[in-house]
Amino acid sequence: MAILIEKTTRIIVQDFTGKIGSFHAQNMINYGSNVVGGVTPGKGGQRHLGLPVFNTVKQAVRDVGAEASIIFVPPAFAADSIMEAADAGISYCVAITDGIPTQDMMTVKNFLRRSSREERMMLTGPNCAGTISPGKSMLGIMPGHIYLPGNVGIVGRSGTLGYEAADQLKALGIGVSTSVGIGGDPINGSSHRDVLEKFAEDSETKVVLMIGEIGGQQEIEAAIFARENLNKPLIAYIAGLTAPPGRRMGHAGAIISSAGESAAEKVAMLKELGATICPTPSAMGETVAKVLSRM
Amino acid sequence: MDIHEYQAKEIISDYGVKIAEGGLAHSPEEAVQRAREIGGDVWVVKAQIHSGARGKAGGIRVCKTHQEVESVAQELLGKTLVTKQTGPSGKVCSRVYVEAATDIAREMYFCILVERSAERIVMVGCADGGMEIEDLVDSNPDVIKRIYVEPAVGLQDFQARKMAFALGIEESQRNQAVKTIKGCYRALRDLDANMLEINPLVVTRSGELVALDAKMNFDANALFRRHRIFELRDKSQIDPREIAAADHDLSYIGLDGDIGCMINGAGLAMATMDMIKLAGGEPANFLDVGGGASAERTEKAFRLVLADKGVKAMLVNIFAGINRCDWIAEGVVHAVRNIDMKVPLIVRLSGTNVEAGRRIIADSGLPIIMAETLADAAEKAVKARNEVVARERGGKV
Repeated sequence: MAILIEKTTRIIVQDFTGKIGSFHAQNMINYGSNVVGGVTPGKGGQRHLGLPVFNTVKQAVRDVGAEASIIFVPPAFAADSIMEAADAGISYCVAITDGIPTQDMMTVKNFLRRSSREERMMLTGPNCAGTISPGKSMLGIMPGHIYLPGNVGIVGRSGTLGYEAADQLKALGIGVSTSVGIGGDPINGSSHRDVLEKFAEDSETKVVLMIGEIGGQQEIEAAIFARENLNKPLIAYIAGLTAPPGRRMGHAGAIISSAGESAAEKVAMLKELGATICPTPSAMGETVAKVLSRM
Repeated sequence: MDIHEYQAKEIISDYGVKIAEGGLAHSPEEAVQRAREIGGDVWVVKAQIHSGARGKAGGIRVCKTHQEVESVAQELLGKTLVTKQTGPSGKVCSRVYVEAATDIAREMYFCILVERSAERIVMVGCADGGMEIEDLVDSNPDVIKRIYVEPAVGLQDFQARKMAFALGIEESQRNQAVKTIKGCYRALRDLDANMLEINPLVVTRSGELVALDAKMNFDANALFRRHRIFELRDKSQIDPREIAAADHDLSYIGLDGDIGCMINGAGLAMATMDMIKLAGGEPANFLDVGGGASAERTEKAFRLVLADKGVKAMLVNIFAGINRCDWIAEGVVHAVRNIDMKVPLIVRLSGTNVEAGRRIIADSGLPIIMAETLADAAEKAVKARNEVVARERGGKV
């Protein structure tokens, strides 16, 4: 068991025939992901990368049994595509698109909440690197080869910092059950906590590494959940020790805007909540190794 | 994206919010002209800079004669104002707003914003507004009223009324208060603003509700569909390096240290800056080159980092995912050859095709210091920086 995606998960690509969609669809296929087709409105009926193209997500669900979707649609239209996926009955959606307007995401979240919790589509991203269950399936844009299959769950906002973590683990011979990028935008589909809920139920995941950033309360909420409900060790790193207050550091979400959100304050609170802290970003691998060796 | 007070006032005025009569001036003569047009015998001359807390920095002045308007405008125009919010370098004032003085009976605080944790729009109000709102909130958070708006149905009249009561509005002012609050909500929604703050919102002695100040911030991701807003951008209020970076689709923030950085991904960039700090150094900038770092982009990023003359060493940290280390290495070698680099360069590559990338740099014959890990890179950068500083000191003595 991994979380969110399995070897058999039937994947479609939204904006399948575009340059970026094509490139990453091919990479996912090469990795072994079960890509069953894609959607580009107006190009339905064509074939692309040897797979069927559909006009609507609904058709893809009906004709090829699509369960998961990955979105490369440009920012102006991406929110619409996410809602189309939810409406069509997709159960897990990754939005890669960077630059979706905040109020559009507000609409998306409101739309998703119309469904009951059990029926609701899970969304991760936007502005993320996607999700990978190493050796099984990749629903994202990450370099698949840096992830060894294993028992560490990873959840993080940043793409490349997540790669750094996977790479440090690989150097120590430690593998990953599933790595989930939740994205750096102010309003995202799933929070750290939402992903921890999935890891809590996953027998394959033995520890969870949470890679956070300055800004927002998400990491704290996740740690509060973990203390009561995770039943496995939580290890955390928070980037942005040196970020000056009130400045935007690339990720729209990484703004220190109120008390309790700076990296130092977050670290202190996480410690108090029982998380093991990686003292530096280069110590993510060894901190996980240390926790694993004590189990 | 921030805009000026006078621009925000023009916007909210279109949405039915009452503002004091006023006009913009770029020169002292124009300021006097505006005062004449407005009439009356008391005016407020306000420095237009992208910052709050202007009053305490001397940027907002009450004037009782045309001569005073002229001399205050003379003093403010061209002056760099340092406020609690601008940082030590301050912001230059190149426009002043001249406004009729308002006869204030009571000051309130009102703000409407997109709250990311709630994923909703929230109205925030306080019956006591003005300059000390932050201190007030710290000492007594209960005085603040928060009302959340359901995105699907929008702001309802009863919610606006509830806010008006919380602001201590009297019966005779209630309709105007509801109109003001709903106007602000519409402006935020229609124009993709992140925040609209009116501090203070005042009741005048004649019982009218007037927005005495207005601050708006817009979602940069939505500017593609808000052309009218984008045109309000005032480049003089933004670090020129940040503008140059944005023009090349790079994300740059100037900082106070002296180790220049070029990194891909915001999270890795922050982590690398943390490592520099832990190793005893200070980063000169935050620079995210993004996913597809081509040779051309790499060179532009190098130029941007090195344009900061305070940079004593430069650190490149790239984790190649979509792109490849060999492409990046070629870009780095190309950039170093094209730019006359005078400071030591430390490069750490990781990810796809890392061996090929390292070989390209080694074979180039350039004096590039290679690093293996994140920690190694930060330590080498700080060491190189310290050597440069020691040499400079030695040279001067």
